[in-house]
Amino acid sequence: MSANLLAIFYLISGVLFILALRGLSSPETSRKGNLFGIIGMLIAIGVTFLSIGNFSTGFLYLLVFLLIGGSIGAFIAFKIPMTAMPELVAGFHSLVGLAAVFVAISAFLNPEVFNLGSSGNIKIASLIEMSLGASIGAITFTGSIIAFLKLRGIMSGNPITFIGQHYLNLLLGLSIAALIFYLCKTQLESLFWLLIAISFLLGVLLIIPIGGADMPVVISMLNSYSGWAAAGIGFTLENTALIITGALVGSSGAILSYIMCKGMNRSFFSVILGGFGGTDQSSSAKGKEQKPVKSGNAEDAAFLMKNASTVIIVPGYGMAVAQAQHALREMVDTLKKNGIKVTYAIHPVAGRMPGHMNVLLAEANVPYDEVFELDEINNDFANADVAFVIGANDVTNPVAKTDPQSPIYGMPVLDVEKCKSILFVKRSLSPGYAGIDNELFYRDNTLMLFADAKKMTEDITKNL
Amino acid sequence: MEIDPFIFRLSIFILSIFIGYYVVWSVTPSLHTPLMSVTNAISSVIIVGAIIAALAGNSENIFDTANIFGFLAIILAAINIFGGFLVTQRMLAMYKKKKKGK
Repeated sequence: MSANLLAIFYLISGVLFILALRGLSSPETSRKGNLFGIIGMLIAIGVTFLSIGNFSTGFLYLLVFLLIGGSIGAFIAFKIPMTAMPELVAGFHSLVGLAAVFVAISAFLNPEVFNLGSSGNIKIASLIEMSLGASIGAITFTGSIIAFLKLRGIMSGNPITFIGQHYLNLLLGLSIAALIFYLCKTQLESLFWLLIAISFLLGVLLIIPIGGADMPVVISMLNSYSGWAAAGIGFTLENTALIITGALVGSSGAILSYIMCKGMNRSFFSVILGGFGGTDQSSSAKGKEQKPVKSGNAEDAAFLMKNASTVIIVPGYGMAVAQAQHALREMVDTLKKNGIKVTYAIHPVAGRMPGHMNVLLAEANVPYDEVFELDEINNDFANADVAFVIGANDVTNPVAKTDPQSPIYGMPVLDVEKCKSILFVKRSLSPGYAGIDNELFYRDNTLMLFADAKKMTEDITKNL
Repeated sequence: MEIDPFIFRLSIFILSIFIGYYVVWSVTPSLHTPLMSVTNAISSVIIVGAIIAALAGNSENIFDTANIFGFLAIILAAINIFGGFLVTQRMLAMYKKKKKGK
């Protein structure tokens, strides 16, 4: 196959990838979009095979390895519970990162194959591109592993900080730049390995200071890195499909990071610098006085909801932890049978990653046109009779609007307090991820339902 | 005077960033998780580099160091391709509209 024809096919698969993302603008077109993505991938792999045209034993090995990887991937994809989506995505990012590193190593060791010059005499531009690809890939790899471990709970979500951390990171970053410079001058293999080793280390150090609450930003950020790594390799291999994809993924991850930061009112830099949102941070910092709360049981809650005409459900990650989404949907079904209008309000950071809560609700058969984003639904709280807060906390805290001293001040929150009555399902009065007390607990129109989310929801359904 | 092919690739890269920017902003927030899994899958198109790395070169010795790294990259990318597209498909299949008459 001629090089030109090959390039055109890669261009086509790049375009198909763009269409794959475009499809996600609405759930109806999304499945078709995914299909475009798959076709794009098949074309890219297919023409690469043909371009080599060497159907020797190596080809057989290749199929074997492809099948091994493919079956592992398929197995994971079918087995993974939706609550574990953030870990899965973090894990997948690490694989892209490592694959980028491996391809870069291979290109460095055997540059003739890729038309990059000869060993010890690689074209400077290619060398820079592959070094950048390898370095970003390596950072993505170890960074994602740490994110994976934190999300999985294998590693504590508390930020790990030490003195001089940021200077050390800066130093490592500068040494990567210096190494790339000397690598171009000397073409020494040892420098290349050192570059990768330092990048691995930097990946770990960049992610360990970031606390559990900021994980949605981290995942998005690593998504972006994996894209830039792919683009770097794409330049090295002079492959259009890879360059287009890298750019798409890179900007996609960057936008998602931005959206997540905005959802938490945190600047990107303060997230990167880390140290925020440990699980037990400052929970007992202030000896706060006992304020009176009204608590109720399932019967009270059922009574309130039965007499309502509109109910807004505010789900949070706690709901998913308690596996209450199915019980919740049953409760909502019963409410709807009684002629009550029910909608769901989703905060941008309701789950552990962008859009996570929507997936969890979709899994529980909640129709997506009953689920609304913060901007769409926030004005409706004032007209609603009951807000049913289940597993959410910080995202409903009115303090974010009133108290400039609060660490979450300025964060967009759901105006739950404007509802006539609020039902708040929670196990105890303990503060949420951000470690701050929720003023909502002590409001006159709030009824606290102290119980496990799933059990409480089931009990309410029985009483309806 | 001839233009360096690098400039062409750079143009594609820059324009693609812009395309990515506009396309991703038009993705509905409720599909942000599938967006991440599908971007994951497509970034594994890096497998084309892995295939070249694994197969090209002298065919007498398939398992020299450069090739081994290629094969390893193929496994990693394949996990991602299959895993990414399938899990996206699985998620998207869950998104349903309200049934009529309910």
